Amino acid sequence: MVGGGGRKPLDYEELNENVKKVQYAVRGELYLRASELQKEGKKIIFTNVGNPHALGQKPLTFPRQVVALCQAPFLLDDPNVGLIFPADAIARAKHYLSLAPGGLGAYSDSRGIPGVRKEVAEFIQRRDGYPSDPELIYLTDGASKGVMQMLNTIIRNERDGILVPVPQYPLYSAAISLFGGALVPYYLEEEANWGLDFANIRQTVTAARSKGITVRAMVIINPGNPTGQCLSEGTIRELLSFCYHENLVLLADEVYQQNIYQDERPFISARKVLFDMGPPMSREVQLISFHTVSKGYWGECGQRGGYFEMTNLPPKTVDEIYKVASIALSPNVPGQIFMGLMVNPPKPGDISYMKYAAESKAILESLRRRAHIMTDGFNSCRNVVCNFTEGAMYSFPQIRLPQRAIDAAKSAGKAADVFYCLKLLEATGISTVPGSGFGQKEGVFHLRTTILPAEEDMPAIMSSFKKFNDSFMDQYDGYGGGSGYSRM
Amino acid sequence: MATSVSVETLNPKVLRCEYAVRGEIAIHAQHLLQQLERQPGSLPFDEILFCNIGNPQSFGQKPITFFREVLALCDHPNLLDREETKSLFSTDAITRAKKILAQIPGRATGAYSHSQGIKGLRDEIAAGIASRDGFPANADDIFLTNGASPGVHMMMQLLIRNDRDGIMCPIPQYSLYSASIALHGGALVPYYLDESSGWGLEISELKKQLEDARSKGIAVRALVVINPGNPTGQVCSYMYDVTRELSISSFFWGVHQPQVYQENIYVTNKKFNSFKKIVRSMGYNGVDLRLVSFQSVSKGYYGECGKRGGYMEVTGFSTTVREQLYKIASVNLCSNITGQILASLVMNPPKAGDASYDLYEVEKDSILESLARRAKAMVFAFNGIDGITCNKTEGAMYLLPRIHLPQKAIEAASAVNKAPDVFYARRLLDTTGIVVTPGSGFGQVAGTWHLRFTILPPEEKIPSIISRFREFHEEFMAQYRD
Repeated sequence: MVGGGGRKPLDYEELNENVKKVQYAVRGELYLRASELQKEGKKIIFTNVGNPHALGQKPLTFPRQVVALCQAPFLLDDPNVGLIFPADAIARAKHYLSLAPGGLGAYSDSRGIPGVRKEVAEFIQRRDGYPSDPELIYLTDGASKGVMQMLNTIIRNERDGILVPVPQYPLYSAAISLFGGALVPYYLEEEANWGLDFANIRQTVTAARSKGITVRAMVIINPGNPTGQCLSEGTIRELLSFCYHENLVLLADEVYQQNIYQDERPFISARKVLFDMGPPMSREVQLISFHTVSKGYWGECGQRGGYFEMTNLPPKTVDEIYKVASIALSPNVPGQIFMGLMVNPPKPGDISYMKYAAESKAILESLRRRAHIMTDGFNSCRNVVCNFTEGAMYSFPQIRLPQRAIDAAKSAGKAADVFYCLKLLEATGISTVPGSGFGQKEGVFHLRTTILPAEEDMPAIMSSFKKFNDSFMDQYDGYGGGSGYSRM
Repeated sequence: MATSVSVETLNPKVLRCEYAVRGEIAIHAQHLLQQLERQPGSLPFDEILFCNIGNPQSFGQKPITFFREVLALCDHPNLLDREETKSLFSTDAITRAKKILAQIPGRATGAYSHSQGIKGLRDEIAAGIASRDGFPANADDIFLTNGASPGVHMMMQLLIRNDRDGIMCPIPQYSLYSASIALHGGALVPYYLDESSGWGLEISELKKQLEDARSKGIAVRALVVINPGNPTGQVCSYMYDVTRELSISSFFWGVHQPQVYQENIYVTNKKFNSFKKIVRSMGYNGVDLRLVSFQSVSKGYYGECGKRGGYMEVTGFSTTVREQLYKIASVNLCSNITGQILASLVMNPPKAGDASYDLYEVEKDSILESLARRAKAMVFAFNGIDGITCNKTEGAMYLLPRIHLPQKAIEAASAVNKAPDVFYARRLLDTTGIVVTPGSGFGQVAGTWHLRFTILPPEEKIPSIISRFREFHEEFMAQYRD
């Protein structure tokens, strides 16, 4: 450390290298450029992050009523409270206040309020048909926090590798960089509906090991982000079997489990499949499952509510995870209540049930329609092919960029898909995330957009995109047919 | 089949870090609590008295009404369309909620915000800081976080490159710092506060520790100041000296200062001055000194721990470094919106003339006065017990009495492989149900032993806590008298 006139600790050069290596394109270059343009007065449609309420989706009424009452418990003493809050919301608020001594303003247990964790366990049991232990469920400030905590616990040094699907949600790559581990990519097969090729994955693991990497864990995102595919039971079985034989802990990111837009492959949790497989695997495979209030039809991103559930972890490991959780004292209490409400919503017969069911149904059905509108819209564009969004909240079309466009991007000092997305942004105000932010095969380009813009705005958005794309392709690919390709 | 994730194969930094506040004693207290519930009467006491965590509302401290009104309206904006709302909420709460919602794109409190926090709220916070200190503050310098702790972690992440990077911390210190430094693989460089001078600091001590660390090959990167102190409770009067010393030696310029207790000052002759105000008033402007100041909604008179609201104000950084900080913040997208709103309310509370002002002042004063009374009563009581000395607490929520343990007690502790203060605290818990945090969790001068008590149990319980403690202590000392 040099004194007087030398480098200072917070000079860029003196920062932790791992921090510098981190990339998170979701709020990276495109987003920053879009924000600049917005400040200059341009109308921007932000489709860069799965943020439903920002695009006009309304919060569900019941949870907001309950949390407002928990926030201001003196309302419960007011004789007029029944005029504006339904009786079941009032009862539920009282229920949560009884579970949280000290109310919303006190630190809870570092793992989350025991009564809420019990509700989560009951939800898991109803969903999967197997009992779940609240002691192994930790509530977190969003699922991301839990993911980061797990990866930090697993990664010891730069030779610890984590298998991550490509394309992937860049939280994983960012966290692995931050904690100094090695990302071991396994490529999803676009032509096979973003399927997994286990022969390939085995080869990948062998290659990593031969380079001295200890592969520790495997990440699976189901439904996929950005790819949207829903895994079949058979695939999940193969995954678990693979983890068993290769001694990997499976990190199952299941935050989009409510967002399913086809009926052939409904959501099935990794935990259910694991227990269906019976011993020895059901007792040995280590599994961490993640969920959130940010997605589904709730879309309550701003609350930062999430949980992870641990299966088959040794008690001493759980103690260490508890210790790290305790440093942050507790997850935010309102977010915990949202989680409780999500896993334990109004039931038939409850006063608020009809409204709750109607609101939820409307959102889900609209998402399903939008998934189709977007997929079909992209497939009608020149040089664009798009797998159907089976689940989650995104569309991930492949843009077949002509060589001249790739060259132009290179001269501009940009990755080809970044170049395309910037031009798209400037022409139409549509702010997307280039596929390079998620990883893709060499020479194959994509962009990620969400299916979240309001349904009534979709036709205009898709036509604006088509206009831009087809004219871009005209510019860089020659006129008329040429080497153009479209799936429709 | 060897398991992949077992204690032998975990990240060693995770294994190394410790957090005594929710550590061994606290865990045991939870077991005893459960035992009392299952078998009432099975223990020599009938309630557990938690004096270990600064968690005011868990002891019955009431939240500030105005803040909760605004938050409830922001949680459920449909209320603003109803006529009945006017009879349930104060008019200025309604106005403030509308103002806040207008600052949120789409009035969507359920959406991820800008990764530094909602711009309009940061503007309010910056204005609040400027009005408090008399020096300007910039919304772009503010990062809203889930409590102050994530901000501390972010800075540690940014600063610590390897195990030879050192962060100077006051001893005793709030164990978030030691835990965070361990978690990020750095070295904690202690500087010892002087108990005999009310936890003051001799600059010679600072210089000595600095030179000592450097001679061991440690690159000292930052200095942490906690004002008012945790666990020590003093209002820092040494910040002028520290700044002057740092500027002359120009060793390092990153300074951390959690100010999370700035509202809890109990002595009338001391006032809270933020570190930023001090350095600015000494003539250091933005580029001369890198200063990170942390604030939280968990303490003060508002005590809203469960909301996880807070911010850090980062000044004196280059743009490229700020970009890195933004990038790290963006991976977690944003902090919870309720916490963000609350931070803006805390920095811009009701003013004279506002409809809620009178009630707000009454609530705030009553809490602060009660805290001051409890602090005084407990300090007085501790100092009246043989074998215990206790500096008065000038601020924050804690007391750190020193227990003068006899040699026999120290040996008894050693025989069961426990630090003497942990041994004492465990006995205290098992005998009386009182839960404290042993001083070794915070660091202390070698050979001295302390306990950290909060001053948060309800006022009517304080006399019984004191008398139970005194009885226990006298028996303990009698048992282990030399």
